[in-house]
Amino acid sequence: MPVYSEKVMEHFQNPRNVGEIENADGIGELGNPTCGDIMKIYIKVKDDKIDDIKFKTFGCGAAIATSSMVTELVKGKTLKEAERVSNEVVAEALDGLPPVKMHCSNLAADALHLAVEDYKARKAGKGPIGRVETPEHDENEHDLLEHA
Amino acid sequence: MKIINFDHFAATKMRPEVREAMEPFFMQEYGNPQSIHTLADEPREALNKARLQAAELLNAAANEVIFTGSGSESNNLAIKGTAFARMDKGKHIIVSKIEHFSVLNAVKALAKLGFEVSEIPVDKYGSVDPMDVKNALRKDTILVSITHASNEIGTIQDIKEISKIVHENSGAYMHTDANTSCGFISTDVKELGIDMLSAAPHRFYGPKGTGLFYLKKGIRIMPLIDGGIQEFGRRAGTENVPAVAGAGVACELAKKELKDRTAHLLPIQKDIVSGVLGSLDEVYLNGHPEKRLPNNLNFVVKYIEGESMLMWLNNNGIMVASGSACTSKILKSSHVLSAIGVDPALAQGSLLISLGEDNSLEDAAYFVKELPGVVNKLREMSPLYEEVKKKNKV
Ligand code: FES
Repeated sequence: MPVYSEKVMEHFQNPRNVGEIENADGIGELGNPTCGDIMKIYIKVKDDKIDDIKFKTFGCGAAIATSSMVTELVKGKTLKEAERVSNEVVAEALDGLPPVKMHCSNLAADALHLAVEDYKARKAGKGPIGRVETPEHDENEHDLLEHA
Repeated sequence: MKIINFDHFAATKMRPEVREAMEPFFMQEYGNPQSIHTLADEPREALNKARLQAAELLNAAANEVIFTGSGSESNNLAIKGTAFARMDKGKHIIVSKIEHFSVLNAVKALAKLGFEVSEIPVDKYGSVDPMDVKNALRKDTILVSITHASNEIGTIQDIKEISKIVHENSGAYMHTDANTSCGFISTDVKELGIDMLSAAPHRFYGPKGTGLFYLKKGIRIMPLIDGGIQEFGRRAGTENVPAVAGAGVACELAKKELKDRTAHLLPIQKDIVSGVLGSLDEVYLNGHPEKRLPNNLNFVVKYIEGESMLMWLNNNGIMVASGSACTSKILKSSHVLSAIGVDPALAQGSLLISLGEDNSLEDAAYFVKELPGVVNKLREMSPLYEEVKKKNKV
């Protein structure tokens, strides 16, 4: 098992905002090409703010903890604020992640951004976006794995 | 909380007898077995004794047993040692697709040096068809290396038949990686008809830091470590006397207890299989239904990922392993599961159990009781499961 921080373990064991939202305003669903995992984030938007947010994740401990954290970070925040939440912000909020697990935090931030995008697309009559495969990460990233 | 080790392929607890046999060679009898003076006497004796104990387990002669540093080293010695000694005869090597990385990466390294490697596929149970080996043999084949039993799915190969075919149809050497099987099922080298065998005493209650290598008389390999005349000149370097002494005792115990071990493990294995398959839907067992090790189980639990399953079980005191991509250090799912045709998404739900002498029927019952809670908790969180549930409703 990778060495996870206490925060990661705490979110893994007690994940916040698990579930789905019926009639969600936006859904971000991403497949992770690195390991094949899937993350799905649902948002309910009111006055340009994230009124409610839920997630479902098929993935490792880090994937579950980062999904949980990202939902907690943006609940009640404006869409603009949500768009600014990067994978580093999520990882930091969890007191860091092992290098080999950084790609899981990418997934969480990307799924959130996709949910916001999906909400906007739907509003413009161009949605829903549906499941997206995240682009293959470049080879250099695998250097990280060797350090892990 | 009680800790249940269901991951014996990673580590087994040494037997007290093993530790006892090692003890004198740390502080009192610390001499170098190769010295001429008296300090060498006891250590030299210990090496001889251990060699004999290992030879008896393998049904080999004592001078056919070489102590290495690990099971991986033994595999490397078989493969690279043969390749370097026989490259004038040919450069073709045959292995199976489900070998351990110490075999697969060794032949990969040789391929970079100009050797040619054929990887034999396996069927859905992980069995190698001896006919496939026959068809892959060439005039320039110098080595065939097929694992005795898989360290992931437990399937036992028909090494006897494969070895017969190899020897009848070619001049190739036959090696088997018995690092997982030795100590749990018979590894009689004469019965198997092989030229080389690797075994790992730390897998059967011996110490870490030593491996076994059987090299049939007359088989020529080149050492990987050159230097002194230790291990009949096949592996230079001052011997790890405590570990070798311990390994010898582990071999002796294995020979004595082989049948009892199976008798102890089989009911535990059976309870886990029926308990898991009976209490969960969308779970299946990998590997051969009958031709499998008594101490291994490999499940796929659909719609969830192995690392998160492993972490929850760990929370409940149960130590298991997984072949999922997320648990692997290189983020690739198990090559063994993909060789038997398990879809990568399903391989994510891999659950690997390896049993040992400290396990009991109560452990099996506890595990079977705890697993559904863990699986359901993770499935409730899984977008894949949600999709399936919706589909089933429609
Ligand atoms: S989701 Fe696969 S490693 Fe984290």
